[in-house]
Amino acid sequence: MTAVPMIEMNGVTKSFGSKTVLQGIDLKVEKGKSLVIIGGSGTGKSVTLKCILGLLSPDNGSIKIDGKEVTNLGSKERKKVLTKFGMLFQGAALFDSLPVWTNVAFGLIQGKGMNKSEAKEIAIEKLRRVGLTPDVGDLSPAELSGGMQKRVGLARAIATEPEIIFFDEPTTGLDPIMADVINDLIVECVQDLGATTLSITHDMASARKIADRIAMIYQGKIIWEGDKTEIDTSNNEYVDQFIHGRAHGPIEMQLLKP
Amino acid sequence: MSNPLAIIGRVFLNSLAEIGRLSRFAGVAISHIVTPPIYWRSMLQQMWLIGYNSLPVVGLTALFTGAALAQQIFVGGSRFNAESVVPGVVVIAIVRELGPVLGGLMVAGRVSSAMAAELGTMRVTEQIDALTTLSTDPINYLVVPRLIAAIVTLPLLVLVANTIGVLGGFLIGTERLGLNAGTYLQVTADFLEQSDVISSLVKAAVFGFIIALMGSYHGYNSRGGAQGVGKATTNAVVSAFILILLANLIITVIVFGGQS
Repeated sequence: MTAVPMIEMNGVTKSFGSKTVLQGIDLKVEKGKSLVIIGGSGTGKSVTLKCILGLLSPDNGSIKIDGKEVTNLGSKERKKVLTKFGMLFQGAALFDSLPVWTNVAFGLIQGKGMNKSEAKEIAIEKLRRVGLTPDVGDLSPAELSGGMQKRVGLARAIATEPEIIFFDEPTTGLDPIMADVINDLIVECVQDLGATTLSITHDMASARKIADRIAMIYQGKIIWEGDKTEIDTSNNEYVDQFIHGRAHGPIEMQLLKP
Repeated sequence: MSNPLAIIGRVFLNSLAEIGRLSRFAGVAISHIVTPPIYWRSMLQQMWLIGYNSLPVVGLTALFTGAALAQQIFVGGSRFNAESVVPGVVVIAIVRELGPVLGGLMVAGRVSSAMAAELGTMRVTEQIDALTTLSTDPINYLVVPRLIAAIVTLPLLVLVANTIGVLGGFLIGTERLGLNAGTYLQVTADFLEQSDVISSLVKAAVFGFIIALMGSYHGYNSRGGAQGVGKATTNAVVSAFILILLANLIITVIVFGGQS
């Protein structure tokens, strides 16, 4: 008997007006594993994540979290499912009206109803976990550099010790060294928690570092999936073009033509 | 290509779709008012931002308008030797129409735009999505406090505006136009009826709802980066202005239309 996958999507489609973004996504993430979805801009990576979170509702198909169907959930049940999730956003998406520690403690205070002093202790502990000193907690997010904001975003994502963590382009906009630091932190934090993770990125260095398995999305479909060790020997010309960053190949960029 | 009928059709359909989206947003927001949790802290903060911070601009608007009104009515009334109508007409005009409408418009200019810009920025930087992933309903956390704060605060602001507006008329009337101060206040009190004050406050509450709804709706649904937020801000103010004037007309016709 095989274990129930933590995340399972079958035939998920989503269109915006006449534009079809997802053309039937099938993917599975086993419990405690890390899947990284790679793919170019505008191929449907973000939409996939948003469908799983319920920020967008898919047109067709099924999405199961821990074996439970989550499409068309009521708001109460949706909220319950969302307590299993943590997410690191591309631009960190910190609440700029709140100090850093309140950002980190937000899910604990608002989501879980923890009292403030207890939540603050945990927040400071999580900040330390991502390499930030407690005094950073009193700063406002606008005072932080991009790399520090990503760390705070990571601290916020792991603060509630979620079972599932999503990483949306975790290294975009960072220099290569800071990107590697963030990748290391992600790997460590995920190991600490034993969490299942789903990441989207177009940074291959990041994908190789944080993935157990890699899936490639192109034109709203998963066109290749395999172990991360297999990515260089996939014999898939789309994957090869992407991981080597070639301008020419089967993937035609949608450039404006006269 | 540019078939005029097609353009009319498209504009008509787009407006219907917009009205539909707005109604749905309003319905969702209203249903969340009665769904806990209520974020009291953020509601009090909004009351402070909307109410207290709007006092100077609303007060000055009322003062100048009341004063100018008294001057004009004096000039008009003196043709018929009816200078004594000044206090009565000023108080009726201020309390029934100008206090709530001008107050509402000034607050809309300040507040709808600020709300749309703040929520719009939160939308395009994914802060609203982040709220959802932290098990917090963004409508409850962001929209409901703004709606309640505006509905509660606007009547208080309009009460202040009405008082200052009448005071503006009083100052011009007694200092410049030579009207007797005691008589002025007496006539003001005689003309003012309870129904005037109630309709004024009802208008204010409705305008408060419109102001917060337009700011929230356009901000919450903005997209496309800085330009999108700019557009949301403009749309919030323009639509709040138009809806305030429309709602004012409707309430005036309902409340005062039967009187002759």
